[in-house]
Amino acid sequence: MSALICEVVYRGIFQKNLAARIARGIVLSARKSGRWGIAFGRYGDSPQRNGIPAKDFAIVADTKEELEQNMARYEPKHTDVTIVLDDTLSKGVESWAWYGLQPINRLTVPDGTVLMTSLQPFESLLRDIHKKDAPYHLSLLRAKASFSGLWVHKEDHTEARILGALAKIAPAFLTLDAVAQAIQEIEWGSDLKVASARKAFERLETRRVAMTEGNAEIPYSFEMPKWWEMREGITIPAIPIGKPKEGGQGYVPERNPYFKKFTTRTMRPVIDFDTCVKCNLCWISCPDSCFDVMPDATFDANMEACCGCGVCEAVCPVEHCITMVNESAFEDNASQWEMWRQDKAAYKTWLTAKIGDKATTARSHGFRFRGQYDEELTRDLDRGGVEIVAGIPGENAQHKTV
Amino acid sequence: MAVATTAAPAAAADEKELLISGSEAVAEGLALADIDVVTGYPIRPYDTVIQAIAKKISGGQLVAEYIVAEGEHSQFEIVKHASTVGARVFCGSSGVGWAYAMECLVVTPPLRVPMVCLVGNRALDDPGAFGVEHNDALFVRDLGWMLCWIDTSQEAIDTTLIAYRVAEDRRVLLPLAISADGAFLTHSQALTLVPPKSKVDRFLPRYDRGDLLLHPDNPITVAPQANEDWVIEIRRQNDEAMKRAVGVIEEAYADFRKVFGRGPENPWFEEYMTDDADVILVGMGTISLPMKVGIRNMRAQGKKVGLVRLRWFRPFPTEKLVAVLSKAKAIGVVDRDYSFGSPFHAGVVATEIRAALYNADRRPPLLAFVCGLGGREVTLEDVSKATDLCYAAANSGKADARTLWLGVRE
Repeated sequence: MSALICEVVYRGIFQKNLAARIARGIVLSARKSGRWGIAFGRYGDSPQRNGIPAKDFAIVADTKEELEQNMARYEPKHTDVTIVLDDTLSKGVESWAWYGLQPINRLTVPDGTVLMTSLQPFESLLRDIHKKDAPYHLSLLRAKASFSGLWVHKEDHTEARILGALAKIAPAFLTLDAVAQAIQEIEWGSDLKVASARKAFERLETRRVAMTEGNAEIPYSFEMPKWWEMREGITIPAIPIGKPKEGGQGYVPERNPYFKKFTTRTMRPVIDFDTCVKCNLCWISCPDSCFDVMPDATFDANMEACCGCGVCEAVCPVEHCITMVNESAFEDNASQWEMWRQDKAAYKTWLTAKIGDKATTARSHGFRFRGQYDEELTRDLDRGGVEIVAGIPGENAQHKTV
Repeated sequence: MAVATTAAPAAAADEKELLISGSEAVAEGLALADIDVVTGYPIRPYDTVIQAIAKKISGGQLVAEYIVAEGEHSQFEIVKHASTVGARVFCGSSGVGWAYAMECLVVTPPLRVPMVCLVGNRALDDPGAFGVEHNDALFVRDLGWMLCWIDTSQEAIDTTLIAYRVAEDRRVLLPLAISADGAFLTHSQALTLVPPKSKVDRFLPRYDRGDLLLHPDNPITVAPQANEDWVIEIRRQNDEAMKRAVGVIEEAYADFRKVFGRGPENPWFEEYMTDDADVILVGMGTISLPMKVGIRNMRAQGKKVGLVRLRWFRPFPTEKLVAVLSKAKAIGVVDRDYSFGSPFHAGVVATEIRAALYNADRRPPLLAFVCGLGGREVTLEDVSKATDLCYAAANSGKADARTLWLGVRE
């Protein structure tokens, strides 16, 4: 190996600065051993939208010529390390740029590594991550997805910890000392962050993943039309109107079969059909028309269309009728209404468990109240993080959403 | 004449190495050039330079008037006026934003305003995509704007310094647009050397408009209404300034090499493995990267291929380019732009090179390609295919006049 190619898969906007810091940190760390490098974001992901999966890349090489060799394409076609900053991305990545649904490990080379921040056990993640036709390694840093609100960077040392972990995965390119030195010199660096990187190096959990392991689902894909097949005048046909759900009752709109958006979701609505008052506020407020009208006039959120914005939860007038729950608590996009219709008692048990789990109903990004971030940092320490305080050391923390 | 700006703090004595994008490198150059007035109006991908300048100003590394205009038309008007009163100015845009400023872009050269701009090359709407095409900057190719294309972050900072030196030269006083490929250069961070201010001060003199300065001590009227008795003379003046720019550019690059110890000997274009080349490919901007890698691969197979990457498009380096290209057995011009209905339906660069070669003693077959529009990847296969077609033309001595589109779904 004379070049190390890394991708950083992240949630658009929320983790944009975090991903850029990691990509830069990789190049600057490798520079400590005289290597050349380049860091860039995937342009097709811009303009970023909240939560839409996006990518940054970092390439480092022994010589400038080798670097050019690996740069001479729009973006890497394979990566030695796939860094994932949110474990709900395990379900796959559908970018803004119309690539279909891509398994998170799609670009990872055989025997390469998927490095992820997650609190989930390996087995639970491997139910989401698609099967790959080659073995690879799954490395976990124990942390939840580092999220903040729009444009706000959350100072929880995730970038330093990822770099420390990378020193363990690719020591030929990034030694721990080089990472430490780079972090110290970098504009966002500090001694505390160096300590975080060193701890991450020690605490990284890695497991080999065999070809037989993983989600067997075949991800949807599509062919782009040829120039002479496309309608002239930059014109596209409208999506046809929908149909009744069944027996002339209800209404299910037609949806774009090529762009589904559900991998944007970090939380999904869980609906209590027994308490629904059929006011249709969720249906009318949903910005993505993701609610199907059921024959009994309740509303089922279509999980292939829902991007998890949470507007439905906010407008629903009935307490606990719609509750946003972290995406990691689910394994498929099956209809909740169908589950409820088949066995109402079992559904109630399922629903109660989902919305009762405090760990998964916590907001995945942004903060609900002042001081929440400080509370989260304390909890993160219990999970094996390092002791840090809110804000950028040496800078004005008041500007942060704390 | 005093300009209301204090000098930026001096940088470290030695060059420092930063991991910065092409846009950030331009901003580094602007801080070193100590610009006075900058106007911004956001449009991707050029907006990355405005963000970088804002950071420089807020960080105290640059003292300048930073004006957010209400649109590109005003954006370019404001700096045009500021320049006439002696301010060193910077501006820029992309795609249809640049088009929206067109009226101001048109009046800038006859007023002899040495505005330096960054055009983050972007496909024109519609569709509203952000990827690179060169047609935006090429809008002004006939109007008296100097146009150059850069390829790396290093070239971005170096060219920014050279741009002020050339544009503000009293023999020239013409606006200059630096083109940077959207995404590939504006958004990629590479290791870049930033020179110290002391060296820049030795290279770049203060902006001095002399008798053209709009100031109470120098009462003049700029742009009085003139009737048709004056127009062709004004155009002829512009023509002369553009011709003089040729020598000024060569002087500037020679001095740049003396002061900074790097930079190209030939300002006009980069030659890569052209010495013994049978086939010479021609392109502008970051397209050089897949071309160079492709050429190295093809050289390994025994194919003698070379590259000419044009830096300067206006003024166009006719004689120098002809001297290099006429030695080849075949020429392949890869345009990242289009000119619908042009001779042979070719791109702009291919059409210009055909014209430049017309009086040459030796005219090798020339093939025109359109490739990489809207930021589409120019693949090694595209480069290889273009080369093979050039070799076929070299062997038959005759080129197919039809323009070939590469990398389009068909």
